Amino acid sequence: MHQLLKYPFDGDIILQKRKRIKRELLSSDTAFIDKNIAVLGGSTTDDIVSMLELFLLSNGIRPRFYQSEFGQYWQDAMFGNEELDSFNPDVIFIHTSGRNIINYPNVKMTVQEVNNMLSEQYAYFESMWENLSKKFGCAIIQNNFEMPFYRLMGNKDAYDIHGRTNYLNRLNSMFYEYAANHNNFFINDINYLSASYGLDKWSDTFFWHMYKYALAVPAIPELAFSVSNIIKSIYGKNKKALVLDLDNTLWGGVVGDDGVEGIDIGKETSMGQVYYEFQDYAKQHKDLGVLLCVNSKNDYENAIAGLEHPEGCLKPNDFVAIKANWENKDRNIIETADELNILPESLVFVDDNPAERAIVEAQIDGIAVPDIDKAENYIRIIDRSGFFEVTNFSEDDIKRNEMYAANAERAKLNKSFENYEDYLLSLDMNAQIKEFENIYLPRITQLTNKSNQFNLTTKRYQEQEIKDVMESENHIALYGKLSDKFGDNGIISVVIGRQENDILHIELWLMSCRVLKRNMEFAMMDDVIRRAKEQGIKKVIGYYYKTAKNSMVKDFYSQFGFKKVSEENDDSVWEIAADTYAYKNKVIKVEN
Amino acid sequence: MTRDNVLDKVQDILRDIFDDENIVVTNNTTADDIEDWDSLEHINVITSIEKHFKIKFAMNDVTGFKNVGNMVDTIFNKIS
Repeated sequence: MHQLLKYPFDGDIILQKRKRIKRELLSSDTAFIDKNIAVLGGSTTDDIVSMLELFLLSNGIRPRFYQSEFGQYWQDAMFGNEELDSFNPDVIFIHTSGRNIINYPNVKMTVQEVNNMLSEQYAYFESMWENLSKKFGCAIIQNNFEMPFYRLMGNKDAYDIHGRTNYLNRLNSMFYEYAANHNNFFINDINYLSASYGLDKWSDTFFWHMYKYALAVPAIPELAFSVSNIIKSIYGKNKKALVLDLDNTLWGGVVGDDGVEGIDIGKETSMGQVYYEFQDYAKQHKDLGVLLCVNSKNDYENAIAGLEHPEGCLKPNDFVAIKANWENKDRNIIETADELNILPESLVFVDDNPAERAIVEAQIDGIAVPDIDKAENYIRIIDRSGFFEVTNFSEDDIKRNEMYAANAERAKLNKSFENYEDYLLSLDMNAQIKEFENIYLPRITQLTNKSNQFNLTTKRYQEQEIKDVMESENHIALYGKLSDKFGDNGIISVVIGRQENDILHIELWLMSCRVLKRNMEFAMMDDVIRRAKEQGIKKVIGYYYKTAKNSMVKDFYSQFGFKKVSEENDDSVWEIAADTYAYKNKVIKVEN
Repeated sequence: MTRDNVLDKVQDILRDIFDDENIVVTNNTTADDIEDWDSLEHINVITSIEKHFKIKFAMNDVTGFKNVGNMVDTIFNKIS
């Protein structure tokens, strides 16, 4: 993350220094993923594209852009053109605003007339989305509408059916209804952004009349940041855990010095309320599947005592990892990440002490360290940073904290066994290994986009592509679910093999690191080979493509008896005759 | 601040925007003299100057600028 792009940022400075920022981002040693992004605008979009480029680069996404000719968003979407068609977008961003409303109601119209006008206006947009998703099957991001910059009827504009305010609010609701029912469709909430930025400044008409910008140019970084958050979330680049300091972060005061009764938390004092509200905010993240961890310089007993404060909102068992010791904080963070099998870069570190923040930021590449200042601003800064922007929300997200808690239980049990296989057997593991099903498409897509470590080819898929694979005759496409006596892990493995005559090419093999060393990959491979043989396949070919993160699986295929047939720049190709494969799973009961 | 100071500062801002420390501007400089200064970058120039000098141009001001000298005059009038 480029320092100038960190929220809260100064949009004017970003606009002014964009060339230098871009140069610096491109010269970093980030392993970028490349994405094609079509921006279909109802107004000028040039600065929007240049700002979006910076924020995406900063998130490790290197965009290539298509921009519609001025105001041609609808024509492009409905009738296409050669350039757009061959551009093959991964994401389409439709940048429209109140300036693109064809007709607004006037006070002389009947209710029926207004309703008809609204339906027509909505259909104008919906037909465009339908057309685009049919043609490109890619993610679509659509702005909702900001509130109008004048209100003919004053306050009544909001609740009179003829008011522009009322009209735009109703249209927005119809957009939300569509978004709620379509998986690969996302709203960029400029109604919220403009309110937060200040509607009068956002809608400064100078920029419309001078340059045909639908929003003030200084507000464009805010808009682009919001769009980039949606895109980075789609591509699995969200953060996964909040790592929280304790003293003066979760409560006021220092528990080691002031004692439990001396810290400020709860409803009794103003500062106590501020910290309580922040604890409550952090706790709500659990429901989103964000993991909560503690990293504090404290004696462990004092830390626990502080968290057990009767007026506090967070309790010790809300956390999946508590590091309270006198180690360096960056070391604690690396250990926490190891224990949870997640990458340090997927953490957000929250600490009131700028010196601790600076060390952690310098030592751990890619970790997010928001510059929080006053306690009353903690929530706003973290919230608006978009670390946990939700795009695809799955059942798994809701259960994630329970699953990690169950992992901790398993780790305790492991210590009581001498033989690892006995331990695995004692877990009483049950797997479902089945062909893709419609209801799991969002979760499968999500996994293909966010798994980095246990991922042989790191091939990313759009939901439509997963669906195509599911419906294809010549693919073996399996998901694996794993549960045990401590809980259900949900879908944690995905394999896609493409059949070509009597050969199966394994194009995707991934597994969530939360089930490492449980022999789930044995059960999956057994199933792949069994199904392959049933389809007359004689030879199975596996591929390993090296990335910065997946070295743990570089010899994955050798444990199954595959032979390495070629290797180039650390990428390798492996094969095995299906007949010679020896089934390996002895500890998991499998249901097909 | 003298009029020359304003001109110097405008030069700094242009160097920053076009990421080129070798840009030299005079009163007679126009957008045509700086390679990347097109109508889109012009918006950026205007907003950066407004931000730096804490002023707001009217639409009439902006549409009337013929060269950097005009712009510096307008800025100088607004801040003095």
